[in-house]
Amino acid sequence: MSAIAAPDRVAAHLNRGGRWRPFEIAFWLAIVALIFALPSRALLINEILLAGLFALSLDLVLGYAGIVSLGQAAFFGTGAYAAGIIATLGVAEPLIGLVLASVIAGLLGLITAPLLLRGSDLTRLMVTLGVALLLGELANRNEWITGGADGLSLAAKPVLGLFPIDFTGQRNASLYSLAVLFALFVAARRLVQSPFGLSVRALKENPLRANALGVSAARRLIAIYGIAAAYAGASGALVAQTTGLVSLDVFDFHRSADVMLMLIIGGPGYLYGGLIGAAFFIALKDGVASATPEYWEFWIGLPLVVLVLVGRERIGGFIARWARRAALLAMRGAA
Amino acid sequence: MNAPALETRGLSRRFGGLIASDNVSLKLERGARHALIGPNGAGKTTLVNLLTGTLRPSAGAVLLDGEDVTGLASHARVRRGLARTFQINQLFGNLTPAESLCLAIGERLGHGGRALVSAGQDKAVVLEATELLERFGLTDAMDQKTRRLAYGKQRLLEIALALACRPRVLLLDEPAAGVPENERADILAALAALPADVTILLIEHDMDLVFRFARRISVLVAGRLLMEGEPKQVAADPQVRAVYLGESGHD
Ligand SMILES: Nc1ncnc2c1ncn2[C@@H]1O[C@H](COP(=O)(O)OP(=O)(O)O)[C@@H](O)[C@H]1O
Ligand SMILES: [Mg+2]
Repeated sequence: MSAIAAPDRVAAHLNRGGRWRPFEIAFWLAIVALIFALPSRALLINEILLAGLFALSLDLVLGYAGIVSLGQAAFFGTGAYAAGIIATLGVAEPLIGLVLASVIAGLLGLITAPLLLRGSDLTRLMVTLGVALLLGELANRNEWITGGADGLSLAAKPVLGLFPIDFTGQRNASLYSLAVLFALFVAARRLVQSPFGLSVRALKENPLRANALGVSAARRLIAIYGIAAAYAGASGALVAQTTGLVSLDVFDFHRSADVMLMLIIGGPGYLYGGLIGAAFFIALKDGVASATPEYWEFWIGLPLVVLVLVGRERIGGFIARWARRAALLAMRGAA
Repeated sequence: MNAPALETRGLSRRFGGLIASDNVSLKLERGARHALIGPNGAGKTTLVNLLTGTLRPSAGAVLLDGEDVTGLASHARVRRGLARTFQINQLFGNLTPAESLCLAIGERLGHGGRALVSAGQDKAVVLEATELLERFGLTDAMDQKTRRLAYGKQRLLEIALALACRPRVLLLDEPAAGVPENERADILAALAALPADVTILLIEHDMDLVFRFARRISVLVAGRLLMEGEPKQVAADPQVRAVYLGESGHD
């Protein structure tokens, strides 16, 4: 019976998240295939990938650490402006701009995180919202560097000097976004099953007990918030680089709210939720907006209300039951 | 002369008008097997919360090995060797027992900040977690979400987590609460098997368990220490008998 020694079983259990499951491999390959199959939709795909990265950042904060935030746009916007300004300063390589922009956004996350350590969910919502508003106003006032209401336009140079990502290379742009998203996703996957990730999840589950085991809540929450801010900054920087434009709306409240919706649609706490939610949200918005331009918000809101009222698990269970029954019928039909 | 492993000086805590802890001064020598008894609402859990830093005292001080730790946060006191169990289970519902124990062990070893390795790659942590799972009969349940475990298993995990901190001072807040009588002996056996130099403060209502386990007993009533002594003295004390009159205590 005990062919496998007990410690190996425990280790295998703790490492189980590291195995790539078939559906994950299929998921990523499907995105690559879509980019090549639908060149005319490259812009839309790029938008989805970057919104997915933004939602991934919120997932680290909300889904894993349990910090509610309605101001994730603060870091998205910071990343976007940082990338824009870095490009106008003459740094040609987009990758360098990307890294610098996410580091800057991450530092801003580390600086503002202590504001979130105390207080209820409501105060956290208010504080995160306030920080984003404040930054938006700062960008508005400091026209000399942000371009104010006119925004910044940047002509992104080719990635690694080889692959143009401006309007002449929309497919390259979405491949560039995909590559960065994938790299950051792999890192996040690592992170959440590391000892650090375990402690962050424990703090969300039961801070009282986590403290009683020696976990310092402050340090861990500041760290995860900073990391998530860097992720949001990367998505902002990529939006700036691939669209060639940064305007004040990068700090808008609706960005923070939309990304929250995407994550809730896809489901927090398993990393793929943000990507799936982003795809669903943006594809629906795109489809509905072209069908009924006036009411698209209604048609987005409706499934959301259903989702919240009925519950994702119950919908999932319903679909699973329905699929089983269909399979059973098909088998009977074949017999 | 050695300082006591755990000491309180005039520890008090008020909740509005209620004095839940009233000028409590206690000393536990290294390796003590000390029980704290008292009726419901006497302030036993409040005292544990004050000792661990979960609550701030209104007045008084807590000393570990002679050092004042009153100003330290609870996680910092854990690092100094003070661990506890909770009267009402405080577990991580969506983590598994294996994950919970590895978290506790990893934190103790200072590995909790590692972000780029998988938790299962830490050999020392995994070995120790395996041993604890085995010792508490949790091996079969190690990969199930904690909230799905039977209450008895959860209770064992509650205690195993405290031991994963390898405490020098261990505070047990009614560890056998809600556990069927025939399983209580197992829990107490696990506690009795702890190294002799671990200092233990046990809160317990089951007087048989208390008298079997403790070499000294303190009696808390309405937030105040009524008396302290050896089990025989406490059992014979008329005041204590009066407090416990009507309760199905030791006779
Ligand atoms: N957080 C709190 N706020 C207000 N009152 C409390 C709080 N915690 C405990 N108390 C009160 O303090 C008294 C002592 O409670 P407790 O320490 O839980 O007693 P015991 O553990 O001995 O049963 C009780 O009257 C209880 O209602
Ligand atoms: Mg109590």
